[in-house]
Amino acid sequence: MSAPGTADVAGAPADAAATPRDRTTLLGTPGRRLSVVRVAAAPLLVAAGLLVLFLWVRSLELDSIEQRTLNSDYLVARVREHLVLSCAAAALVALIAIPVGMLIHRSQSTVLRTVVLGLANIGQATPAVGVVILLAIVWKTGFSTALVALVAYSFLPVLRNTLTGLAEVDPATREAARGMGMTRWQVLRRIELPLASPVILAGLRTSLVFAVGVATIATFINAGGLGDMIVNGLKLQRYPVLIVGSCLVAAIAILIDWLAGLVEELARPRGL
Amino acid sequence: MSDRSNSIFPSTAGTSGGVSIELDGVTKVYPGQGVPAVEDFSMRIEPGELVMFVGPSGCGKTTTMKMVNRIIEPSSGSIRIDGQDVLHLSPDQLRRHIGYVIQQIGLFPHMTIADNIATVPKLLGWSKTRTSQRVEELLETVQLDPAVFAKRYPRQLSGGQQQRAGVARALAADPPVMLMDEPFGATDPITRERLQAEFLRLQAEIGKTIIFVTHDFDEAVRLGDRIAVLSERSRIEQFDTPDAILAAPANEYVASFIGSGAALKRLALLPVTAARLTPVDGSSRRPSVSSTATLRDALDLLMVTGADALDVVDEEQRPVGRLGHADISAALTPPERVEVGTP
Repeated sequence: MSAPGTADVAGAPADAAATPRDRTTLLGTPGRRLSVVRVAAAPLLVAAGLLVLFLWVRSLELDSIEQRTLNSDYLVARVREHLVLSCAAAALVALIAIPVGMLIHRSQSTVLRTVVLGLANIGQATPAVGVVILLAIVWKTGFSTALVALVAYSFLPVLRNTLTGLAEVDPATREAARGMGMTRWQVLRRIELPLASPVILAGLRTSLVFAVGVATIATFINAGGLGDMIVNGLKLQRYPVLIVGSCLVAAIAILIDWLAGLVEELARPRGL
Repeated sequence: MSDRSNSIFPSTAGTSGGVSIELDGVTKVYPGQGVPAVEDFSMRIEPGELVMFVGPSGCGKTTTMKMVNRIIEPSSGSIRIDGQDVLHLSPDQLRRHIGYVIQQIGLFPHMTIADNIATVPKLLGWSKTRTSQRVEELLETVQLDPAVFAKRYPRQLSGGQQQRAGVARALAADPPVMLMDEPFGATDPITRERLQAEFLRLQAEIGKTIIFVTHDFDEAVRLGDRIAVLSERSRIEQFDTPDAILAAPANEYVASFIGSGAALKRLALLPVTAARLTPVDGSSRRPSVSSTATLRDALDLLMVTGADALDVVDEEQRPVGRLGHADISAALTPPERVEVGTP
């Protein structure tokens, strides 16, 4: 009640006359809510950082150990491993966590909800290094093990956001859908999922960034990735190797977050 | 889908009029609650009738209404629409043939107005052309210009426009029965009055059987063919025409629900022609009132002008009779018995 007059005078909810018009212009513009600055900032920053890194490395005199890692073949291979691992993990998380979230939402069972959320919490709370090494001891080393550890670690954000997103759908919208004769499945697919999709995608974005960071530990069980460079750089005291490895991980994380943010904006259902 | 028939109710295949609704001993007991929310509710609603359920919050009026389309399942009793027991139909199929409007409207925010309205036709498997024709027709019926509104999203509409879109969506598959749960409750008074007027005009055209829930007795008087005044556990205190309820409330409860000014509310229901007019000859200098006005308008004019009588005139401004205070009072007296509770 800060502004005297205006909004309160009509006595009715103030959205009768004024606001819809504002919203029209806001939403009516085809450019959506993406400003050029927001879109371009992250990649430009990353490009500048990598350029500085490149120039710095070129100015150094590299010994034979450093030359073995700081060349384009090696770098491309490690980046590829890293990306494949983290993207595969995020994809698996999406494939498992979203349906599990839908199932819990449909069942309305508090027991199921508590158990699954508890498990996901444990997955995230347990140090990933420990999980990776334990899994390697009881199972095997390599890609699949690293993948399982990553999935366990980044499961929670997608699951929690799926549950939250579905629960946040306005009960009136759901009732209207049921009242018009949609089956429960149709309500889920046509109404609840689209309306929850921005929240679910935000969870997926978080998971993806988690995965990129944690994929560095795959090196401990011989699953490759940029972790190789970081660990080797440390062990052999070759700091250029360590620094390039760390910077590449950071750059990938920022770019992936940026890309996921773009997808989030563009995939947001119109009208929301 | 080969079955193009528009209705699951026998007598409406192809027509758009209303059908009867019968509730018989309908009871709803929620698990864990000793007292039923609705107890032994019986009522017959005639085809094309607009019945208002009026009562205080929590009296069970909404629960009663929602049992008709089985949003809430009755614990016992039977509900028949057009003679057909709804408890034997699939709830989803049933609901596709009953229009449903709720106070919060519940438009789907991620769909355009056209897609919102097309919801039920799509569920029924209508063809694209038939659906889009129907959408356009309905938008015009509820006075939303299709060229402007079809492609808009719900949040780009004002409250009143959204409510109209909600009504259009409920009418989409031309259901014989409509359930309306305080549809105009969340709009401001001016918008509400306009929506009510439009709704009356619309109902005169389409003649659906409608159950309309409200807690606003004045709204009930304004819109209803008959009003059911409900108390705790959805008990019917009185079920009659607005005029009859205003003229003779069945008991204290109904009288208190009507509130003050019952006579004035009745006058608003009666056209000036309901009073016995004294014949007039030639023109006079009395203020005049149109023969289509209500007695309340006439009384209002008498008060404002201070005259002791008015001329009632027809469309061509020819006087058809004279109307005074006594004539208005006389019109309020029911034929059989003197009215009680006039202030």
